[in-house]
Amino acid sequence: MHNIVSIGKQSSVSIRDLSLSFGSVTVLENLNLDIRDGEFLVLLGSSGCGKSTLLNCIAGLLEPTEGQIFIKDRNVTWEEPKDRGIGMVFQSYALYPQMTVEKNLSFGLQVAKVPKDEIDRRVARAAGILQIEPLLKRKPAELSGGQRQRVAIGRALVRDVDVFLFDEPLSNLDAKLRSELRVEIKRLHQSLENTMIYVTHDQIEALTLADRIAIMKSGVIQQLDDPVIIYNRPKNRFVAGFIGSPSMNFLTGELVEEGGRVVFRTNNVSFSLDGYDASEPLRAGRKVILGVRPEHIKVDGDIQGGEVHEAVVDIEEPMGADNLLWLKHAGHTMSVRIGGARRYAVGTNVRLAFDMTMASLFDAETEDRI
Amino acid sequence: MAAHAPTGRPNQLFRNLNAKIASIPMMLVALVIFLGGTIWTVFYSFTNSRLLPRLNFVGFDQYERLWASSRWIISIQNLAIYGILSLIFSLVIGFMLAALMDQKIRFENTFRTIFLYPFALSFIVTGLVWQWMLNPEFGVQSVIRSLGWTSFAFDPLYNPDIVIYGILIAALWQGTGLVMCLMLAGLRGIDEDIWKAARVDGIPMWKTYLLIIIPMMRPVFITTLVIIASGIVKVYDLVVAQTSGGPGNASEVPAKYVYDYMFQAQNLGQGFAASTMMLLTVAIIVVPWAYLEFGGRKRG
Amino acid sequence: MADISTLNTTVAGFDAVSSRLASGPSGRKPRRMLSTRNIVLYGTLTVAALYYLLPLYVMVVTSLKGMPEVRLGNIFSPPLEITFEPWVKAWAQACTGLNCDGLSRGFWNSVRILVPSVVVSIAVASVSGYALANWRFKGAELFFSILIIGAFIPYQVMIYPIVIVLRELGIYGTLTGLVIVHTIFGMPILTLLFRNYFASLPVELFKAARIDGAGFWQIYFRIMLPMSLPIFVVAMILQVTGIWNDFLFGVVFTRPDTYPMTVQLNNIVNSVQGVKEYNVNMAATLLTGAVPLIVYFLSGRLFVRGIAAGAVKG
Repeated sequence: MHNIVSIGKQSSVSIRDLSLSFGSVTVLENLNLDIRDGEFLVLLGSSGCGKSTLLNCIAGLLEPTEGQIFIKDRNVTWEEPKDRGIGMVFQSYALYPQMTVEKNLSFGLQVAKVPKDEIDRRVARAAGILQIEPLLKRKPAELSGGQRQRVAIGRALVRDVDVFLFDEPLSNLDAKLRSELRVEIKRLHQSLENTMIYVTHDQIEALTLADRIAIMKSGVIQQLDDPVIIYNRPKNRFVAGFIGSPSMNFLTGELVEEGGRVVFRTNNVSFSLDGYDASEPLRAGRKVILGVRPEHIKVDGDIQGGEVHEAVVDIEEPMGADNLLWLKHAGHTMSVRIGGARRYAVGTNVRLAFDMTMASLFDAETEDRI
Repeated sequence: MAAHAPTGRPNQLFRNLNAKIASIPMMLVALVIFLGGTIWTVFYSFTNSRLLPRLNFVGFDQYERLWASSRWIISIQNLAIYGILSLIFSLVIGFMLAALMDQKIRFENTFRTIFLYPFALSFIVTGLVWQWMLNPEFGVQSVIRSLGWTSFAFDPLYNPDIVIYGILIAALWQGTGLVMCLMLAGLRGIDEDIWKAARVDGIPMWKTYLLIIIPMMRPVFITTLVIIASGIVKVYDLVVAQTSGGPGNASEVPAKYVYDYMFQAQNLGQGFAASTMMLLTVAIIVVPWAYLEFGGRKRG
Repeated sequence: MADISTLNTTVAGFDAVSSRLASGPSGRKPRRMLSTRNIVLYGTLTVAALYYLLPLYVMVVTSLKGMPEVRLGNIFSPPLEITFEPWVKAWAQACTGLNCDGLSRGFWNSVRILVPSVVVSIAVASVSGYALANWRFKGAELFFSILIIGAFIPYQVMIYPIVIVLRELGIYGTLTGLVIVHTIFGMPILTLLFRNYFASLPVELFKAARIDGAGFWQIYFRIMLPMSLPIFVVAMILQVTGIWNDFLFGVVFTRPDTYPMTVQLNNIVNSVQGVKEYNVNMAATLLTGAVPLIVYFLSGRLFVRGIAAGAVKG
């Protein structure tokens, strides 16, 4: 995998102790981040979490209050955007409306006084990669949303930069186009092998594109990891709840000792924690939250051993390929994902078992993973 | 890994230097003319400058003389009458025209063009037209007399008691179109569902306007009020053109007083004192508004 | 003209005031054509419209009558015998003091004042507005606030200090001086207009241009300017009518031989010497009002946008 290969290589973008505040509002707080050369890093978070602000800082469009930014080991904290070796793609495409596609692509090179034939060569190359040659003479207003975004990517491409910055590039597109362009961006990354930093609030984009994901909340990176690890071993309750749809089931309770073993107990019902890979010894008496994803709760025929509980079907939501059951048990309502062909009537009694190897336990107070 | 040596913030003065250079005219105007000029004038209003500004302080002498001058008192009275009446009439007429225009009428553009065209004309042109319209020998008075009502008398420009109303008529003709436009924009900004809801509730139209629409348009009214009011204080050209302050000095206004003392009577100190009084008048109107509009927004 | 009307349609999309005007009435639906309501409605509007049109009509008919007819008839009657003599006289022969070369002198003076004043004031204000909207720096908003508050300060308060400054610079009474004065007093409203407009453009365009390496002036001339033609037209309308109609600055900051048209008109009509020639006066008045009226009728909705700019607070 890409990120494993690139370990040991020099870092492409490094952020050291970065803080940014507007007046009394702190947007980024003491943030550190190392992005490896050739890595595809996704900054994921809901709006207002600081992810776009961080990207703008890297681009040089915002000046940090505190801290330093390095690109290719060069300190660029105070440099102009154009001198940082970056290209940027915006959510609203930001194409210059009065210029043709060709002019849009070449504007930056013209400003940099690149020789004419070099400009032509680079524009032709970018247009070839993105397959927008037929559009070169058109104005942005005559293009579709997908074509516009392609041109916007092209504008970053012609600049021959080390780092690509994407600021929610697909958010203005409809679902179908979005998944098409998502694949294209992934292909582009595979062929160019540039470093890419991609900001989004869409977890599907993050999970599909990223070598590593940085999940942000209130200006702080909550977890920076491989998508699979983020999904399966979330560092805290926020990350666990943010990633995954439908969301992870959370049961609040307590660790108690029963028959010599520590179990999870909620509303007087005990759940065995056999198979859970704890990072620290589980002590009885600790208030905790147990998190289980809908697909990690097994129902009836899927159960392959382990502790079995009885539950009642509350609501059934058929979703085609999957069927989502809302089950009532131990005073909680939890969602369970089963095959689309298996149907249950409301009120039916079912048996369920938690796959504890895939579950997460969080401290109730710190909300950190145990 | 290379040493990631931190670097300090470069001098902020030279950041975005071009933007700062380009803003120099704006800064100069704001500081030297608007702020500096105002302070200078207020400062020199406490001197006895005559032909040339001189730093010979006389305390409030200029103000005492100002308020003892019958011409200034008349100017202030005129401004008060003219100001209050033109505020009331332009808001009422402007709103009524706007409400009529808002009834899904045909030829809306034509009507609007007609109501607004006087606003494109200068006060000089306005004053001269109405000077002619109100000419007692040939104008409205003589036309109505010739229709058989021989005792009809309406000669504001020759009658000191009512001359200010003659100026008011001209000012309303020139300015109500603007008020109508602002009001119409305000009416168009109101959600159409409000009308539907009022209709479903069976509220008569005039009551809907009075109890629902007008209260909702409060910001528009306030903004319009400030625009009209700051225009009223500045009224000058209209009076110069229509009456030259006459008959006698029955239609004098403060702005004309200032100009005459500064540039004709060569009594700068009086001019400065009078203009400071004008500034005070504007401050009384604008400061509470600015506080409500901008001060309130920050808290909210 | 065609240009202006296409601009009209482009402008409507982003303009709060004029798009509200264009969005259609929100009052109740009309019923039958000849209902009492419609008669009252259209009746009132028509009477009001006639009232507003009356002075224009009186100006036109008076200016087309000979003096004997003016003295005999009433001001509302149409001319029995149309004559253009008053127009010729107003333009070429009317006297101010000892000069008897008519309003044409004032007209050309006004043109000479108007062109550089409009160009300079718009250039300065658009750049300031652009700097305020896109290149915020510490203190910029403070200067802007002073500017906006300054818009409410009566001119009379600042006029004498300006006289002194211009005298010190040696340009008091010159065309340059008056251009500067118009630039100063046009600045608050125009800067507000441009600042709000540039701030309404997508900020990502500006960011993209910065990534592309364009600087302050390159972004202004190559990105912002081509996107902002409608607002420049609005500013032009505002300034052309405003500067043409100015009287106070004309009187204070020019000398008699360079008086603008409004000042000269006032001197012609309100001169105490000689017999009053009302027809010539009205022709002169119409001539002076012609420029802003033509601008108004040609620009239509953009004019509304221009004057309403003062009402749209940032």
